[in-house]
Amino acid sequence: MENQHNISPEVTFHAAHGDTKSVVKKIIRTTIVLSVITIIELGFGYAIFFIHKNPEFSRNLVLTIKGVIVILSLAKAFYIVSIFMHLGDEIRNMIMTIVVPLLLFVWFIGAFMWDGNSFKNLRNDYDPHHKDRVNETPKNKKPAEEHGAGHEEAPKPGAIH
Amino acid sequence: MAQAVPANTKWWGGGRSPFNLEYGKLMMWYFLMSDAFTFGAFLIAYGTVRMSSNGWPDPNHVFQSAPFLGSGLPLVFVSLMTFILIVSSVTMVLAVHEGHLMNRKGVVKWLIWTIIGGLAFLGCQAWEWTHLWHEGAWWGKIPVYEGSHFLNAHDGSVPSTNFSNFFFTITGFHGFHVFSGVIINVIMLIMALNGSFDRKGHYLMIEKAGLYWHFVDLVWVFVFLCFYLL
Repeated sequence: MENQHNISPEVTFHAAHGDTKSVVKKIIRTTIVLSVITIIELGFGYAIFFIHKNPEFSRNLVLTIKGVIVILSLAKAFYIVSIFMHLGDEIRNMIMTIVVPLLLFVWFIGAFMWDGNSFKNLRNDYDPHHKDRVNETPKNKKPAEEHGAGHEEAPKPGAIH
Repeated sequence: MAQAVPANTKWWGGGRSPFNLEYGKLMMWYFLMSDAFTFGAFLIAYGTVRMSSNGWPDPNHVFQSAPFLGSGLPLVFVSLMTFILIVSSVTMVLAVHEGHLMNRKGVVKWLIWTIIGGLAFLGCQAWEWTHLWHEGAWWGKIPVYEGSHFLNAHDGSVPSTNFSNFFFTITGFHGFHVFSGVIINVIMLIMALNGSFDRKGHYLMIEKAGLYWHFVDLVWVFVFLCFYLL
């Protein structure tokens, strides 16, 4: 398969793309992996839905399930980038210039989640009414067909609900 | 995994690209990396605000409707959207592969399927937005009344409008990427039909468009995660 078309002069070695059969097989396998992971994620999503129905559900259990879902999503991202975007087929140095900067996210996510949580705790501690305002269940009834919140133009009769 | 290259190739001796990639494709990669940081910043801002809020809606109660099926169905419609995007990603890989083989007919066929997938996804998103808008959710608006399913069912907390602000901003930004991806794919389709790539002697443009399209799918993995699953 090499050099059957003249790619740009910047490319020294042409990737061996393999014969159609093996390429299509790899694509189908990746598709199945992505679909199965998505289905497992949906299963966990429903698990959380049903756990929440129990008024005394275990918060740690829900948190663990959510952690597993995050890991599964990262696996999906790996398959998309490595197989579909062919990053796995590039030169190692080039892969590193993409992947290493993204490691900033590790700090980025950790620091900001921590900060958000700390801000919540500080407000709850030092603003005595903050928590009450949020936990007051509204007594007002559902507004009568208030279409198009915040929109000036005349609301069209809703065909979609 | 990585590209097999003869040992003692002098990559940095000049005269060749050390990354063995043509300029446009390399720059597409760096653009996508910067775009990943943009989306990452959006999603992290969302996470920070969510962490700092006492009240937040339960996604399984907010996103629980599907067209023709009614309500009370969490995750049904969004999983359809996810599968549409995965499938359109697959058809794009196949288009890129046909491009390697210089098979114009194959490229055209798979590009058309990819465009259809993209339009289907946009249609789903339009339905979702319209539905939420009719429920009273929009930028700066969240339907808060007794029994509203935007109230968190298990702690009874009242959500702030931050929920809808982030939802519409981030899914809107992603939808805009899908939209521009569809436009790019349409341009690729026209160029392929005109035979531009055959005259150039390669289908590298399809690869670059493909990278962008897969990135859109990649971002959706995380939007789906943050808004619908967590």
